[in-house]
Amino acid sequence: MAAACLCAETYPKIEEIIQAKGATPDSLIEILHAVQEEIGYLPQPVQEFIADRLGISAGTVEGVVSFYSYFTTVPRGRHTIKVCQGTACYVRGGKRVLEVVAHHAGCGVGETSPDMKYSLEVVRCIGACGLSPVMTVDEDVYERVKPTKVGELLDKYE
Amino acid sequence: MSEFTITINNREVPAGEGMTVLQAAQQAGIRIPTLCYHPDLPPLGACRVCLVEIEGERALQPSCSFPVRPGMVVQTHSPKVRKARRTVVELLLSDHPSDCTVCARNGSCELQALAEELGIREVRVRVEPRGLPVDDSSLAVVRDPDKCILCRRCLQTCEQIQAVAGLRLKGRGYDSIVGAPFDTPLGHALCVNCGQCINRCPTGALVEKTQIPEVWAALEDPQIFTVVQTAPAVRVALGEALGMPPGEIVTGKMTSALRALGFDRVFDTDFTADLTIMEEGHELIHRLQHGGPLPMLTSCSPGWIKFLEHFCPQLIPNVSTCKSPQQMFGALAKTYFAEVAGVDPAKMRVVSIMPCTAKKFEAARPEMCASGFRDVDYVLTTRELAQMIKEMGIDFANLPDSDYDDPLGESTGAAVIFGATGGVMEAALRTAYEVITGERLENVDITPVRGMEGIKEATVKIGDLELKAAVAHGLANAAQLLDKIVAGAADYHFVEIMACPGGCLGGGGQPLPTSPEIRLQRAEAIYQADRELPIRRSHENPSIQELYARFLGEPLSERAHHLLHTEYTPRTKQAVQVE
Ligand code: SF4
Ligand code: SF4
Ligand code: SF4
Ligand code: FES
Ligand code: FES
Repeated sequence: MAAACLCAETYPKIEEIIQAKGATPDSLIEILHAVQEEIGYLPQPVQEFIADRLGISAGTVEGVVSFYSYFTTVPRGRHTIKVCQGTACYVRGGKRVLEVVAHHAGCGVGETSPDMKYSLEVVRCIGACGLSPVMTVDEDVYERVKPTKVGELLDKYE
Repeated sequence: MSEFTITINNREVPAGEGMTVLQAAQQAGIRIPTLCYHPDLPPLGACRVCLVEIEGERALQPSCSFPVRPGMVVQTHSPKVRKARRTVVELLLSDHPSDCTVCARNGSCELQALAEELGIREVRVRVEPRGLPVDDSSLAVVRDPDKCILCRRCLQTCEQIQAVAGLRLKGRGYDSIVGAPFDTPLGHALCVNCGQCINRCPTGALVEKTQIPEVWAALEDPQIFTVVQTAPAVRVALGEALGMPPGEIVTGKMTSALRALGFDRVFDTDFTADLTIMEEGHELIHRLQHGGPLPMLTSCSPGWIKFLEHFCPQLIPNVSTCKSPQQMFGALAKTYFAEVAGVDPAKMRVVSIMPCTAKKFEAARPEMCASGFRDVDYVLTTRELAQMIKEMGIDFANLPDSDYDDPLGESTGAAVIFGATGGVMEAALRTAYEVITGERLENVDITPVRGMEGIKEATVKIGDLELKAAVAHGLANAAQLLDKIVAGAADYHFVEIMACPGGCLGGGGQPLPTSPEIRLQRAEAIYQADRELPIRRSHENPSIQELYARFLGEPLSERAHHLLHTEYTPRTKQAVQVE
């Protein structure tokens, strides 16, 4: 997966995808999927480029990108951390967990750490309220997370 | 359309195919509360306030988008409906700031009115408002996202009525936010400042950027000489914001109120509307006789001008170089009037009362300093003026009428119709006809360019010339017309474009609410004002004739060019504008 580089070769690639899928508003979601597969994320200039090519507003593209959690506007780290901030988790220490995770990972919510190791997100209830506070790293679920154990837990990931 | 009846609240009411339950109810005088529904927009079905119980449907249905069926049986206020509706509104209020007492929409807010209508006295679940920052980067529109109820009326307006599509809904659920793409501050976003989103926002989430404090300060400063001008469309709408029905002509009360507020001179933008006709009319004649560029496009709507700069800069040479009447006025107030009255222009403040928020941006354009000073210092909307009149404790409805001051106060019927779509065209044709042919135009009512049709066309015989004219209002209609012109599929000579639906009378600074009916009533008042004026041709305005004799020389003279004409700035349609 490419890093945060939007070099000259990127746009011809996107153009190719648009041509293949059809430069119409109906193809928007498919195009976004393919472009994210190709360059890893969907930064603002790419969204604007696609909007312009499909003859739709940048807001329409951003609306779709922001609606589906699958899409990302920043390059992804190797591991995705999701900290639950639903009501149950929030009141049972989730807020503190998030602070500590952000500190350890070295990036804020919606960001990727400078060493490209972690991307940090929040979720609103993953249905494990009884075991709150909850967080996930990639496919692994961690329950009853203690802020003091967060460092250890994250260090397992390369 | 087939006709049938349906039953609402045990009453048989007429309905027809293609109608919604809400429409049938409204037609029968049965009220269903709504929130995201707006008569200028297709139903959005976003808020669920308009829920009704329909026999045979398991769930409650939103009446604003639910189509009628023959024989259907509807309850609009059953216990089940009232309970659900209350929950919907309570939920909206749960994270809403309790700011009503200090909110610009206090008294005109639809959410507030709804809470009152439903008798909501407590909100069972309260969460903190999100605490999102207020965006006041734009000179025209202030956005307070905490007060946004995500109804999407603004985005629909910006996209469907104005073809700007400058707003979007980002994210989903609790985290959603409405604003310009990529969280761009509105002042740096693709926005033409038309304020149509404000007019359709039910809450205080979108309001104009106010200059009331600056204007009070100028009025209270004994060193400052204050001059005010009032746009054509204000006089047929101001009353609405002060408890009067739509369509009242309140010109004389407005001038009295402005004096009571303390303005040293009360003048009329209609005067410079007549002047615009002189300059623009002669510019048209010149272009007709010297090979273009044609069609000539009107230039008095700053929302339209910015739209053109963003979306169609290749047509900039076609736009009349005339400044808008507001800016012509400012330039003359600080030169001609300052000279005549012996007032130091450095100590003069020119305030405009406009139906428009884009005028706030226009007045701040760097090129609008022809007098050597900023020509127009402050721009207030019709709504802001009403606010000041209230604050001053003026009993508006019972004010005696008074006249405008001289020498920038006299105007004609041709000027007042500037406030309605087609008016500039009609006024220009009245003058162009007589100047070109040297004959008297028997009937000054040029009705084909009147009315609320989105795009109007007319052919007017002027001597041997068949002048082809087109008129568009609302930028989505304008965009259609522009496409035709750019594609070379139109042979118009003269095109009038107004950014707002109905023209300035439907401007983004006009009293709330707005609807097609209200705009129609304002338009009727405008044409009535035209009929009642003794002079209805701009070139017959004696004060205009005197202005040319004493100061400007002739239309399009060098001095006229310097003070009354301008140029435009090509821009891009990028969502984020780099200034
Ligand atoms: S937007 Fe309406 S409900 Fe909200 S604070 Fe303002 S007046 Fe009150
Ligand atoms: S002011 Fe006009 S152009 Fe700007 S966001 Fe509102 S509707 Fe769109
Ligand atoms: S800003 Fe106003 S019109 Fe737009 S979505 Fe929010 S409440 Fe509705
Ligand atoms: S609130 Fe975190 S899992 Fe439900
Ligand atoms: S008014 Fe019908 S859903 Fe909002």
